[in-house]
Amino acid sequence: MSVLLEVESLSKSYPGVKANDEVSFAIQKGEIHALLGENGAGKSTLVKMIYGLVKPDSGAMLLEGQPYAPPKPSMARKSGVSMVFQHFSLFEALTVAENITLGMDDAPNRRELSAKIRAVSQDYGLPLDPDRLIGDMSVGERQRVEIIRCLLQNPRLFIMDEPTSVLTPQEVEVLFGTLRQLSANGVAILYISHKLDEILALCDHATILRHGKVVATCTPKEETATSLAEMMIGGELDIHIATTFSPGAVVLQLQGLDMQSKNPFGTSLRGVSLALRKGEILGIGGVAGNGQDELLAALSGEEKIAPAMIELAGEGIGGLGPNERRERGLLSAPEERLGHAAAPVMSLSQNAFLTGRIRKGLAPNGVINARKTNDFAREIVKAFDVRTPGVQVAAKALSGGNLQKFVIGREVLQAPEVLVVNQPTWGVDAAAAAAIRQALRQLAADGAAVIVISQDLDELMEISDTFAVLAEGRLSRPQPAEGLTVEEIGLMMGGDLEGANHAEA
Amino acid sequence: MDFSSLNAVAMIVLLIGAATPILLAAIGELVAEKSGVLNLGVEGMMIIGAVTGFITATTTGSPMLGFAGGALGGALVSTLFAFLTQYLHSNQVATGLALTMFGLGLAALMGRNYNGIKPPRTDRLEVPGLSDFPVLGELLFSYDPIIYFSVFLVFAVWWFLNRTRGGLVLRACGENHDAAHSLGYNVQLIRFGAIMFGGACAGLGGAYVSLVRVPQWTEGMTAGVGWIALAIVVFASWKPWRVILGAYMFGGITILQLSLQALGISISGAYLSMTPYIVTIVVLVIMSADRKRASINAPACLGRSFHASH
Repeated sequence: MSVLLEVESLSKSYPGVKANDEVSFAIQKGEIHALLGENGAGKSTLVKMIYGLVKPDSGAMLLEGQPYAPPKPSMARKSGVSMVFQHFSLFEALTVAENITLGMDDAPNRRELSAKIRAVSQDYGLPLDPDRLIGDMSVGERQRVEIIRCLLQNPRLFIMDEPTSVLTPQEVEVLFGTLRQLSANGVAILYISHKLDEILALCDHATILRHGKVVATCTPKEETATSLAEMMIGGELDIHIATTFSPGAVVLQLQGLDMQSKNPFGTSLRGVSLALRKGEILGIGGVAGNGQDELLAALSGEEKIAPAMIELAGEGIGGLGPNERRERGLLSAPEERLGHAAAPVMSLSQNAFLTGRIRKGLAPNGVINARKTNDFAREIVKAFDVRTPGVQVAAKALSGGNLQKFVIGREVLQAPEVLVVNQPTWGVDAAAAAAIRQALRQLAADGAAVIVISQDLDELMEISDTFAVLAEGRLSRPQPAEGLTVEEIGLMMGGDLEGANHAEA
Repeated sequence: MDFSSLNAVAMIVLLIGAATPILLAAIGELVAEKSGVLNLGVEGMMIIGAVTGFITATTTGSPMLGFAGGALGGALVSTLFAFLTQYLHSNQVATGLALTMFGLGLAALMGRNYNGIKPPRTDRLEVPGLSDFPVLGELLFSYDPIIYFSVFLVFAVWWFLNRTRGGLVLRACGENHDAAHSLGYNVQLIRFGAIMFGGACAGLGGAYVSLVRVPQWTEGMTAGVGWIALAIVVFASWKPWRVILGAYMFGGITILQLSLQALGISISGAYLSMTPYIVTIVVLVIMSADRKRASINAPACLGRSFHASH
């Protein structure tokens, strides 16, 4: 094998942080090369420089021995470097073929392109219908569109940014098959992830970043998950969570919850039923877009439904709005931090007021008690280690992980009877994620009931007492999380809600 | 009542004439909105087109140059809106409203010395032998060139939006400007172009009012046609062919109202003048009642300001 891309002491600074500090590494032709690191280690900045989205401050790159400094992504694509982002740049109201055309610099005509899409997608085991609307597709299928768009341009280097975070285990297997096939055809793959088992299973070489610097390079096959993790976080993994589970009385009950989705591309809920007991953490898995947002909206009170469909401590509350539900102890934290869980331009203190007003008595006579509100915000910042200069800082000024700690902490500290969270650790680094999970566990240990909706199966397996899957708006029967195999979960995610029902709760 | 004075063929010919300014302004606004820009300044751009078209036509003596002048005037005044909203990121709604008021004032100023003048006549396009053919000849071949052009323009816009790469890129900007940007498209420039096209169409529509419909120059003579055009884009759910349908329907209501008045039916003229607007409101309410359909058809980034972040 010979060297395809050589990165020589690339540096990039942003105000206050050195995102990349003298980073050097090399990618061989046809290898699958892992780029490993925690959130904020500088992985994204590095690949953005390779893809021409960000200009390095200093350093150089060589592509097959030639100087390589793409001023913009289209130049990178011309040199044979393509990239699939974590957040897709797709247009929901356009078809697959139209989306692919837009990403190509010399697109053939429609008929030719459709035929090509069919052929290439079949070749790589990722079947796609060129005429479907993106809005009607699952996240896994959307990723296929991005991949096929890149493959149609015959890349030499293919960059993938955390591609498996939204896929079912079966879809991950298919993706790995595709990547291995590409690698066998001589395409080098730069694979960004913080999932250690994937890197062990897939990658030939790994470069490990911490705080913007290369701290190690290794051959994953010679390493273990623990040794990789230690290189990545620079210390030993210490996550231990008690799993004594002795549930109390049923506190929240859903009965045949049907709800039409307000989003034309959303998924309607169909006959969702569950019984949640005190002290229980119910993990709800499933691929994004299978009704998660709708379920949260139904539980939080953003969408009103028939009163009897949701019972809280015996009272039908389906027709009540969010504030009335908060009063009764049902709290929730949605997935989207900015704009849904928190108002971006308002301060942390004001954001704390927005959901804490009722249970914390922050506005006793309709007048905001500023002292009490600030104290509550400070309490959250302190208890959840939110890194911020103060509570008067705008929510949008915080990094994603810090804001996430804040919005989860805000609900936890209101001592809910029932807490519903959607993607509680999305985009949060390992240490912060562990802290959030620990807080949720503690909440349950103190007698609250918790529903965790997440796409991260490892997280759900770690934190849940009981487990269920949302597939196409239907919820599988919750069952003990212990002893579930990945295969069983995968089947449930595929929509086979009965398949894994042998072990009943 | 005597309905014999109502001649169906004559009425259709009339309604197509009445609908043409609406059609022109609406198809231009449709393109701007498809790129993600909500320009509420249609009325202002039309009145500017009306006065610049009128001035050009009376000065040169050529109605065709007048129409070109109207389109140019509308396009020029729209660049003001485009610059403010695309490069200075001003609010599109407020800027559009300001453009309407600015246009009305500027047009009044420019047209001070043109009151009471007759513009050169715009002749209808004669097709030898066919134009005098009864009924069909009258229905199909008794119009001026701008009417044929307006229908052609709708077809051209449909073809551009749905059949060309340029149209696809323009729609992509309206659907998800961040994604379009990350794919390397210049969202601001594309929207700038779309706004100018909208301005040119509105200006042409305005010139049609002052050179053919009325034909003379008076202050505020577009009389709300620009607002109807805006409503028609929504009514048509952003589909070019439905813009024709909507424009001709509203043209029909206008003509019917005039005819009923001529028949002496004892409804106050005020009520009849209201009907197009009331129908607009009713149609808008019906359309937007179905949240699902309305949100599918509307460009997802409509009215949202785009800031390039990297």
